[in-house]
Amino acid sequence: MTTQNWPLWEVFIRSRNGMAHRHVGSLHAVDAPMALQAARDTYTRRGEGLSIWVVPSQAITASDPADKDMLFEPTASKIYRHPTFYEVPDDVGHM
Amino acid sequence: MTDGPLFLATLRLADDALVLGHRLSEWCGHAPVLEEDLALANLGLDLIGQARSLYSYAGTVEGRGRDEDQLAYLRREGEYRNLLLVEQPNGDFAVTMTRQLLFSAFMHPFHVAMKASSDPTLAAIAAKAEKEMAYHVRHTGEWLIRLGDGTAESHRRAQAALDELWPYSGELFEVDEAMRAAIEAGFVPDPEAIRPRFDETIDHVLAEATLNKPKVGAFQAGGRAGRHSEHMGFLLADLQYMQRTYPNATW
Repeated sequence: MTTQNWPLWEVFIRSRNGMAHRHVGSLHAVDAPMALQAARDTYTRRGEGLSIWVVPSQAITASDPADKDMLFEPTASKIYRHPTFYEVPDDVGHM
Repeated sequence: MTDGPLFLATLRLADDALVLGHRLSEWCGHAPVLEEDLALANLGLDLIGQARSLYSYAGTVEGRGRDEDQLAYLRREGEYRNLLLVEQPNGDFAVTMTRQLLFSAFMHPFHVAMKASSDPTLAAIAAKAEKEMAYHVRHTGEWLIRLGDGTAESHRRAQAALDELWPYSGELFEVDEAMRAAIEAGFVPDPEAIRPRFDETIDHVLAEATLNKPKVGAFQAGGRAGRHSEHMGFLLADLQYMQRTYPNATW
Protein backbone atom coordinates (compact mmCIF):
# COMPACT_ATOMS: atom_id res chain seq x y z
CA MET A 1 0.00 0.00 0.00
CA THR A 2 1.31 3.45 -0.82
CA THR A 3 0.32 6.73 0.67
CA GLN A 4 -0.22 8.53 -2.58
CA ASN A 5 -3.96 7.91 -2.60
CA TRP A 6 -4.53 8.71 1.05
CA PRO A 7 -6.18 12.08 1.51
CA LEU A 8 -4.55 14.78 3.60
CA TRP A 9 -6.25 15.97 6.79
CA GLU A 10 -5.72 19.09 8.87
CA VAL A 11 -5.68 18.55 12.62
CA PHE A 12 -7.09 20.97 15.18
CA ILE A 13 -6.73 20.47 18.92
CA ARG A 14 -8.43 22.22 21.80
CA SER A 15 -6.02 22.28 24.70
CA ARG A 16 -8.45 23.33 27.41
CA ASN A 17 -12.15 23.90 27.87
CA GLY A 18 -13.02 27.43 26.83
CA MET A 19 -10.16 27.64 24.35
CA ALA A 20 -10.63 27.49 20.60
CA HIS A 21 -9.38 24.54 18.56
CA ARG A 22 -5.96 25.40 17.17
CA HIS A 23 -4.37 24.05 14.04
CA VAL A 24 -1.46 21.79 14.99
CA GLY A 25 -0.50 20.08 11.75
CA SER A 26 -1.62 17.66 9.10
CA LEU A 27 -1.48 13.95 8.36
CA HIS A 28 -2.52 11.30 5.85
CA ALA A 29 -5.31 8.83 6.59
CA VAL A 30 -7.77 6.74 4.62
CA ASP A 31 -10.91 8.17 6.25
CA ALA A 32 -12.18 10.33 9.10
CA PRO A 33 -12.15 7.77 11.96
CA MET A 34 -8.61 6.71 11.06
CA ALA A 35 -7.56 10.35 10.76
CA LEU A 36 -8.87 10.97 14.27
CA GLN A 37 -6.84 8.05 15.63
CA ALA A 38 -3.72 9.10 13.75
CA ALA A 39 -4.19 12.62 15.13
CA ARG A 40 -4.39 11.23 18.64
CA ASP A 41 -1.19 9.26 18.16
CA THR A 42 0.67 11.97 16.29
CA TYR A 43 -0.32 15.16 18.09
CA THR A 44 -1.60 14.39 21.61
CA ARG A 45 1.18 12.23 22.98
CA ARG A 46 2.11 14.68 25.72
CA GLY A 47 -1.31 15.56 27.02
CA GLU A 48 -1.89 18.38 24.56
CA GLY A 49 -5.61 18.26 24.29
CA LEU A 50 -9.17 17.55 25.28
CA SER A 51 -10.72 17.53 21.85
CA ILE A 52 -9.59 16.86 18.29
CA TRP A 53 -11.04 17.99 14.99
CA VAL A 54 -9.87 16.55 11.71
CA VAL A 55 -10.86 18.32 8.51
CA PRO A 56 -10.15 17.17 4.96
CA SER A 57 -7.52 19.59 3.65
CA GLN A 58 -9.56 19.81 0.46
CA ALA A 59 -12.41 21.36 2.43
CA ILE A 60 -10.27 24.35 3.32
CA THR A 61 -10.32 27.37 1.05
CA ALA A 62 -7.26 29.49 1.67
CA SER A 63 -6.43 33.04 0.74
CA ASP A 64 -3.96 33.52 -2.06
CA PRO A 65 -0.58 34.80 -0.86
CA ALA A 66 -0.59 37.11 -3.90
CA ASP A 67 -3.60 38.91 -2.40
CA LYS A 68 -1.65 39.75 0.74
CA ASP A 69 -1.37 43.46 0.02
CA MET A 70 -5.04 43.90 -0.81
CA LEU A 71 -6.35 41.82 2.05
CA PHE A 72 -4.14 42.70 4.97
CA GLU A 73 -1.98 45.75 4.46
CA PRO A 74 -4.75 48.40 4.62
CA THR A 75 -5.42 47.54 8.28
CA ALA A 76 -1.92 48.59 9.31
CA SER A 77 -2.62 52.29 8.74
CA LYS A 78 -5.85 52.37 10.75
CA ILE A 79 -4.41 53.11 14.14
CA TYR A 80 -7.87 53.51 15.68
CA ARG A 81 -8.17 49.74 15.38
CA HIS A 82 -5.09 49.34 17.54
CA PRO A 83 -5.92 51.26 20.70
CA THR A 84 -2.55 50.70 22.31
CA PHE A 85 -2.21 54.33 23.40
CA TYR A 86 -4.75 54.17 26.24
CA GLU A 87 -3.54 54.03 29.82
CA VAL A 88 -4.82 50.74 31.25
CA PRO A 89 -4.89 50.45 35.06
CA ASP A 90 -2.66 47.66 36.35
CA ASP A 91 -5.61 45.91 37.97
CA VAL A 92 -7.24 45.31 34.62
CA GLY A 93 -4.50 43.02 33.42
CA HIS A 94 -4.61 41.89 29.83
CA MET A 95 -7.36 43.29 27.68
CA MET B 1 9.39 -23.67 42.81
CA THR B 2 7.23 -22.41 45.63
CA ASP B 3 6.11 -19.16 44.08
CA GLY B 4 2.67 -18.12 45.22
CA PRO B 5 -0.30 -17.50 42.92
CA LEU B 6 -0.12 -13.72 43.29
CA PHE B 7 3.49 -13.65 42.08
CA LEU B 8 2.80 -16.02 39.20
CA ALA B 9 -0.36 -14.23 38.06
CA THR B 10 1.45 -10.88 38.13
CA LEU B 11 4.50 -12.27 36.35
CA ARG B 12 2.40 -13.76 33.55
CA LEU B 13 0.68 -10.46 32.89
CA ALA B 14 4.05 -8.69 32.98
CA ASP B 15 5.62 -11.14 30.52
CA ASP B 16 2.70 -10.79 28.09
CA ALA B 17 2.98 -7.02 28.18
CA LEU B 18 6.78 -6.93 27.84
CA VAL B 19 7.03 -9.41 24.98
CA LEU B 20 4.20 -7.88 22.96
CA GLY B 21 5.50 -4.40 23.71
CA HIS B 22 8.89 -5.48 22.39
CA ARG B 23 7.31 -6.90 19.22
CA LEU B 24 5.56 -3.59 18.59
CA SER B 25 8.80 -1.69 19.19
CA GLU B 26 10.34 -3.69 16.34
CA TRP B 27 8.08 -1.71 13.99
CA CYS B 28 9.69 1.56 15.01
CA GLY B 29 11.05 3.07 11.81
CA HIS B 30 9.53 0.29 9.67
CA ALA B 31 5.78 0.88 9.75
CA PRO B 32 4.00 1.41 6.42
CA VAL B 33 3.36 5.12 7.05
CA LEU B 34 4.72 7.65 9.51
CA GLU B 35 1.37 8.04 11.28
CA GLU B 36 1.22 4.29 11.94
CA ASP B 37 4.85 4.22 13.02
CA LEU B 38 3.91 6.60 15.83
CA ALA B 39 0.71 4.69 16.61
CA LEU B 40 2.50 1.34 16.95
CA ALA B 41 5.20 2.89 19.11
CA ASN B 42 2.45 4.35 21.30
CA LEU B 43 0.78 0.97 21.71
CA GLY B 44 4.14 -0.61 22.47
CA LEU B 45 4.93 1.99 25.12
CA ASP B 46 1.54 1.43 26.77
CA LEU B 47 2.43 -2.24 27.15
CA ILE B 48 5.97 -1.64 28.35
CA GLY B 49 4.60 0.81 30.90
CA GLN B 50 2.22 -1.89 32.15
CA ALA B 51 5.07 -4.40 32.21
CA ARG B 52 7.17 -2.08 34.39
CA SER B 53 4.41 -1.68 36.98
CA LEU B 54 3.71 -5.41 36.97
CA TYR B 55 7.37 -6.51 37.20
CA SER B 56 8.08 -4.03 39.92
CA TYR B 57 5.13 -5.37 41.90
CA ALA B 58 6.03 -9.00 41.15
CA GLY B 59 9.49 -8.35 42.56
CA THR B 60 7.98 -6.95 45.75
CA VAL B 61 5.58 -9.87 46.10
CA GLU B 62 8.37 -12.37 45.49
CA GLY B 63 10.50 -10.76 48.19
CA ARG B 64 13.86 -12.00 46.92
CA GLY B 65 15.19 -8.60 45.99
CA ARG B 66 14.64 -8.88 42.25
CA ASP B 67 13.65 -5.58 40.66
CA GLU B 68 11.82 -4.93 37.39
CA ASP B 69 15.03 -4.96 35.33
CA GLN B 70 16.18 -8.29 36.72
CA LEU B 71 12.80 -9.86 36.04
CA ALA B 72 12.59 -8.43 32.54
CA TYR B 73 16.16 -8.89 31.36
CA LEU B 74 17.91 -11.56 33.37
CA ARG B 75 15.65 -14.59 33.21
CA ARG B 76 16.14 -17.51 30.85
CA GLU B 77 13.70 -18.43 28.11
CA GLY B 78 12.03 -21.23 30.06
CA GLU B 79 11.33 -18.85 32.93
CA TYR B 80 9.12 -16.58 30.84
CA ARG B 81 5.42 -17.22 31.28
CA ASN B 82 3.96 -15.24 28.38
CA LEU B 83 1.36 -16.43 25.88
CA LEU B 84 2.64 -17.97 22.67
CA LEU B 85 0.44 -15.45 20.83
CA VAL B 86 2.46 -12.42 21.89
CA GLU B 87 5.84 -13.84 20.88
CA GLN B 88 4.74 -14.62 17.31
CA PRO B 89 6.73 -12.59 14.76
CA ASN B 90 5.34 -9.35 13.35
CA GLY B 91 4.82 -10.80 9.88
CA ASP B 92 3.13 -8.33 7.58
CA PHE B 93 0.98 -5.48 8.82
CA ALA B 94 -2.16 -7.65 8.90
CA VAL B 95 -0.44 -10.19 11.18
CA THR B 96 0.60 -7.47 13.63
CA MET B 97 -2.90 -5.98 13.67
CA THR B 98 -4.57 -9.36 14.13
CA ARG B 99 -2.21 -10.36 16.94
CA GLN B 100 -2.87 -7.06 18.69
CA LEU B 101 -6.63 -7.34 18.27
CA LEU B 102 -6.79 -10.89 19.64
CA PHE B 103 -4.73 -9.85 22.66
CA SER B 104 -6.45 -6.57 23.43
CA ALA B 105 -9.98 -7.89 22.79
CA PHE B 106 -9.25 -10.22 25.71
CA MET B 107 -7.14 -7.90 27.87
CA HIS B 108 -9.52 -4.95 27.79
CA PRO B 109 -12.40 -6.75 29.54
CA PHE B 110 -9.82 -8.58 31.66
CA HIS B 111 -8.48 -5.29 33.07
CA VAL B 112 -12.02 -3.94 33.48
CA ALA B 113 -12.78 -6.98 35.64
CA MET B 114 -9.42 -6.82 37.44
CA LYS B 115 -10.28 -3.33 38.72
CA ALA B 116 -12.28 -5.29 41.32
CA SER B 117 -9.25 -7.42 42.27
CA SER B 118 -8.86 -8.35 45.93
CA ASP B 119 -5.28 -7.08 45.52
CA PRO B 120 -5.23 -3.25 45.56
CA THR B 121 -2.06 -2.95 43.45
CA LEU B 122 -3.40 -5.16 40.66
CA ALA B 123 -6.67 -3.23 40.82
CA ALA B 124 -4.77 0.05 40.42
CA ILE B 125 -2.69 -1.26 37.50
CA ALA B 126 -5.90 -2.50 35.84
CA ALA B 127 -7.57 0.89 36.21
CA LYS B 128 -4.78 2.48 34.18
CA ALA B 129 -4.38 -0.34 31.66
CA GLU B 130 -8.09 -0.58 30.93
CA LYS B 131 -8.14 2.75 29.07
CA GLU B 132 -5.02 1.88 27.12
CA MET B 133 -6.39 -1.49 26.04
CA ALA B 134 -9.70 0.07 25.00
CA TYR B 135 -7.77 2.19 22.53
CA HIS B 136 -5.78 -0.82 21.29
CA VAL B 137 -9.05 -2.62 20.54
CA ARG B 138 -10.38 0.35 18.64
CA HIS B 139 -7.24 1.06 16.66
CA THR B 140 -6.53 -2.51 15.61
CA GLY B 141 -10.21 -3.30 15.04
CA GLU B 142 -10.62 -0.34 12.70
CA TRP B 143 -7.51 -1.39 10.82
CA LEU B 144 -8.58 -4.99 10.46
CA ILE B 145 -11.99 -3.88 9.18
CA ARG B 146 -10.30 -1.81 6.48
CA LEU B 147 -7.84 -4.55 5.58
CA GLY B 148 -10.48 -7.30 5.46
CA ASP B 149 -13.04 -5.19 3.63
CA GLY B 150 -10.43 -3.52 1.44
CA THR B 151 -8.80 -4.81 -1.72
CA ALA B 152 -8.64 -8.47 -2.76
CA GLU B 153 -5.00 -8.56 -1.69
CA SER B 154 -5.57 -6.95 1.71
CA HIS B 155 -8.52 -9.28 2.32
CA ARG B 156 -6.41 -12.32 1.46
CA ARG B 157 -3.62 -11.24 3.78
CA ALA B 158 -5.96 -10.38 6.65
CA GLN B 159 -7.66 -13.78 6.39
CA ALA B 160 -4.25 -15.48 6.22
CA ALA B 161 -3.15 -13.60 9.36
CA LEU B 162 -6.30 -14.65 11.19
CA ASP B 163 -5.91 -18.28 10.11
CA GLU B 164 -2.29 -18.24 11.28
CA LEU B 165 -2.89 -16.66 14.70
CA TRP B 166 -6.30 -17.97 15.68
CA PRO B 167 -4.89 -21.27 17.03
CA TYR B 168 -2.97 -19.20 19.61
CA SER B 169 -6.09 -17.46 20.94
CA GLY B 170 -7.21 -20.44 22.99
CA GLU B 171 -4.31 -19.96 25.40
CA LEU B 172 -5.88 -16.69 26.56
CA PHE B 173 -8.50 -18.79 28.35
CA GLU B 174 -6.19 -21.43 29.75
CA VAL B 175 -6.51 -21.96 33.50
CA ASP B 176 -3.94 -24.17 35.23
CA GLU B 177 -3.55 -24.88 38.92
CA ALA B 178 -1.67 -21.67 39.72
CA MET B 179 -4.17 -19.60 37.78
CA ARG B 180 -7.09 -21.34 39.51
CA ALA B 181 -5.61 -20.41 42.89
CA ALA B 182 -5.19 -16.78 41.80
CA ILE B 183 -8.80 -16.68 40.57
CA GLU B 184 -10.12 -18.20 43.78
CA ALA B 185 -8.19 -15.66 45.83
CA GLY B 186 -9.83 -12.92 43.76
CA PHE B 187 -6.52 -11.58 42.42
CA VAL B 188 -7.46 -11.97 38.75
CA PRO B 189 -10.77 -12.57 36.96
CA ASP B 190 -11.79 -15.94 35.58
CA PRO B 191 -11.10 -15.92 31.82
CA GLU B 192 -14.40 -17.71 31.22
CA ALA B 193 -16.17 -14.58 32.46
CA ILE B 194 -14.24 -12.62 29.82
CA ARG B 195 -15.17 -14.88 26.93
CA PRO B 196 -18.53 -13.27 26.02
CA ARG B 197 -16.92 -9.83 25.68
CA PHE B 198 -14.01 -11.28 23.68
CA ASP B 199 -16.38 -13.11 21.33
CA GLU B 200 -18.52 -10.01 20.93
CA THR B 201 -15.56 -7.81 19.93
CA ILE B 202 -14.05 -10.39 17.58
CA ASP B 203 -17.37 -11.29 15.95
CA HIS B 204 -18.20 -7.64 15.40
CA VAL B 205 -14.83 -6.86 13.81
CA LEU B 206 -14.77 -10.00 11.66
CA ALA B 207 -18.30 -9.37 10.39
CA GLU B 208 -17.43 -5.79 9.41
CA ALA B 209 -14.15 -6.98 7.93
CA THR B 210 -15.87 -9.78 5.94
CA LEU B 211 -13.42 -12.26 7.47
CA ASN B 212 -14.23 -15.81 8.55
CA LYS B 213 -13.45 -17.06 12.03
CA PRO B 214 -11.31 -20.17 11.55
CA LYS B 215 -12.57 -23.49 12.84
CA VAL B 216 -9.89 -24.99 15.04
CA GLY B 217 -9.98 -28.29 16.83
CA ALA B 218 -7.03 -27.86 19.17
CA PHE B 219 -5.30 -24.73 20.35
CA GLN B 220 -1.59 -24.09 20.78
CA ALA B 221 -0.49 -23.71 24.39
CA GLY B 222 2.65 -24.02 26.49
CA GLY B 223 3.79 -20.44 27.04
CA ARG B 224 2.32 -20.33 30.54
CA ALA B 225 4.48 -23.32 31.45
CA GLY B 226 7.61 -21.82 29.89
CA ARG B 227 7.51 -23.90 26.69
CA HIS B 228 7.96 -21.37 23.93
CA SER B 229 7.98 -21.30 20.16
CA GLU B 230 11.25 -21.14 18.23
CA HIS B 231 10.83 -17.36 17.94
CA MET B 232 11.26 -16.68 21.64
CA GLY B 233 15.02 -17.22 21.83
CA PHE B 234 15.67 -14.71 19.05
CA LEU B 235 13.34 -12.22 20.67
CA LEU B 236 15.10 -12.52 24.03
CA ALA B 237 18.54 -12.29 22.44
CA ASP B 238 17.51 -8.92 21.05
CA LEU B 239 15.61 -7.78 24.14
CA GLN B 240 18.27 -8.78 26.66
CA TYR B 241 21.38 -7.93 24.66
CA MET B 242 22.20 -4.62 26.35
CA GLN B 243 21.66 -5.79 29.90
CA ARG B 244 23.63 -8.99 29.37
CA THR B 245 26.51 -7.27 27.60
CA TYR B 246 26.71 -4.33 29.99
CA PRO B 247 25.31 -5.63 33.28
CA ASN B 248 23.64 -2.96 35.42
CA ALA B 249 24.11 -0.36 32.72
CA THR B 250 22.12 2.82 33.30
CA TRP B 251 21.58 5.88 31.16
